Amino acid sequence: MSQQNLESLDVGAIRDEFPILEREFDGQQVVYLDNAATTQTPDPVVDAMSDYYRESNANIHRGIHHLSQEASILYEEAHDRVAEFINADGREEVIFTKNTTESENLVAYAWGLNELGPGDRVVLTEMEHHASLVTWQQIGEKTGADVEYIRIDDDGRLDMDHARELIDDDTAILSAVHVSNTLGTVNPVSELTDLAHEHGALSFIDGAQAVPNRPVDVEAIDADFYAFSGHKMAGPTGIGVLYGKQHLLEEMEPYLYGGGMIRKVTYEESTWGDLPWKFEPGTPQIAEAVGLEAAIDWLEDIGMERIQAHEEEIARYAYEQLESEEDVEIYGPEPGPDRGGLVSFNVEGVHAHDLASIMNDHTIAVRAGDHCTQPLHDKLGVPASTRASFYVYNTREEVDKLVAALDDARQLFA
Amino acid sequence: MGLGSDMYRQQILDHYKNPRNYGELEDPTFTHIGENPMCGDEIRMDVKLGDDEETIEHVAFKGDGCAISQASASMLSKELRGKTLEELQEMNRDDVIDMLGVDISPMRVKCAVLAEKVAQDGAEIYQGELDVEKTTTED
Ligand SMILES: Cc1ncc(COP(=O)(O)O)c(C=O)c1O
Repeated sequence: MSQQNLESLDVGAIRDEFPILEREFDGQQVVYLDNAATTQTPDPVVDAMSDYYRESNANIHRGIHHLSQEASILYEEAHDRVAEFINADGREEVIFTKNTTESENLVAYAWGLNELGPGDRVVLTEMEHHASLVTWQQIGEKTGADVEYIRIDDDGRLDMDHARELIDDDTAILSAVHVSNTLGTVNPVSELTDLAHEHGALSFIDGAQAVPNRPVDVEAIDADFYAFSGHKMAGPTGIGVLYGKQHLLEEMEPYLYGGGMIRKVTYEESTWGDLPWKFEPGTPQIAEAVGLEAAIDWLEDIGMERIQAHEEEIARYAYEQLESEEDVEIYGPEPGPDRGGLVSFNVEGVHAHDLASIMNDHTIAVRAGDHCTQPLHDKLGVPASTRASFYVYNTREEVDKLVAALDDARQLFA
Repeated sequence: MGLGSDMYRQQILDHYKNPRNYGELEDPTFTHIGENPMCGDEIRMDVKLGDDEETIEHVAFKGDGCAISQASASMLSKELRGKTLEELQEMNRDDVIDMLGVDISPMRVKCAVLAEKVAQDGAEIYQGELDVEKTTTED
């Protein structure tokens, strides 16, 4: 990491690219702390998408005409840009999906349903998002494979001894979150992947909360599959990514069928096109692919190390401020290299939904609920929690507003 | 900025902090439970009918959850006394929101109507018109 990379961000200049952060409700400026749900979209990304519609819009792949050629190149090159961003070998390894959830389902259906059976084991973690938890549960039910969960310890870290116990020669696939969207835990994903590989199992890493805010190198992790969503990384909704190792994707059957993914079709049978198109049937998200590429350019212009450093700093500040409040309980590990940029918590005597409503009175956007990790909340012994999650444009002053608003809740509910 | 949104007027907070008719009835005519899985709100309603098997004589509730869901159950337990089962079935979400006397933001309506739905489903089960174990406000 160069010295320059560690220079702190010009948050003011960054915020100028997000008009939405200027919005007011009842005369109060919005404080947006719901970034783990979705991030805001900077002007250059919005512009790239509207330029596409104004200047280059056409359907891809099949067109002889200029516009179709231009749109095709834009769409295809977006795959190259994503491959470069996560250090994949090339566009063959980058499939555009709708979101992380669809990326999980693609592997679960195209690979899991065909390859798994009774006696096989799928290993997840207790902190999985429903995106993988519910999906593999269903595949387990359909195939007879059993689904096991790596325990978390009291600090919200994975119990790696338990991981070593669970991942055995019957294990066919491990699916783990890179960064937990509830606990903020950064999991040792290369270690988990090595464990899986030692037993001949595949590794699927859910990077929905990692790719937006830290450098991710799929080759260094050695993950077989890796998934993330455009809308959580300053990009548009409607586009997600499934990275997969080329030889695995080549062996896999398609998951959805139709036009654009075939090589030859007769009334009797069809053969499949090349990667990644084999997994992208129908007219894809062309404008969103352009937007995702613009988001990656925008993020890399700032620098992923600096984004990570900024987010960790804000999260550490929030953690410390909240922790100093006697009636606040925080979930997940203490600030440090294995905690990402979000803090989930509860205030004694105040239900998370009431707290979020009171925050909303101050135009502070936080999330209250189970954050699509119901079993994890059962384990924590609470029905819901309030989550503040940060991004590159958040400031300490915004954290101060969050902490100040807690007093309102206390006064109302005391 | 004044304290508290319109959603947390004194009456709601009072019912939340000092719930009326909290507990269980000794010999309820029917009992039903329900939950709001997204929020983790839970409510159990006990209803005792009068000799006409039509008029609600006593209501008690037990529960756990956000202020809106619990205050709504507490207020409903008072409101239902003296009503007939038919009148209970005629209640709708607007009646519940009127009873609460505050604006309920769209995302919180489920919390507000949980108790009402539990009472209505409980009555329907008692009358043999419905067969569910637990009411949920998912849809
Ligand atoms: C860890 C994790 N995995 C998966 C998802 C699902 O992402 P999406 O809704 O974009 O499919 C999320 C986001 O909510 C998440 O935080």
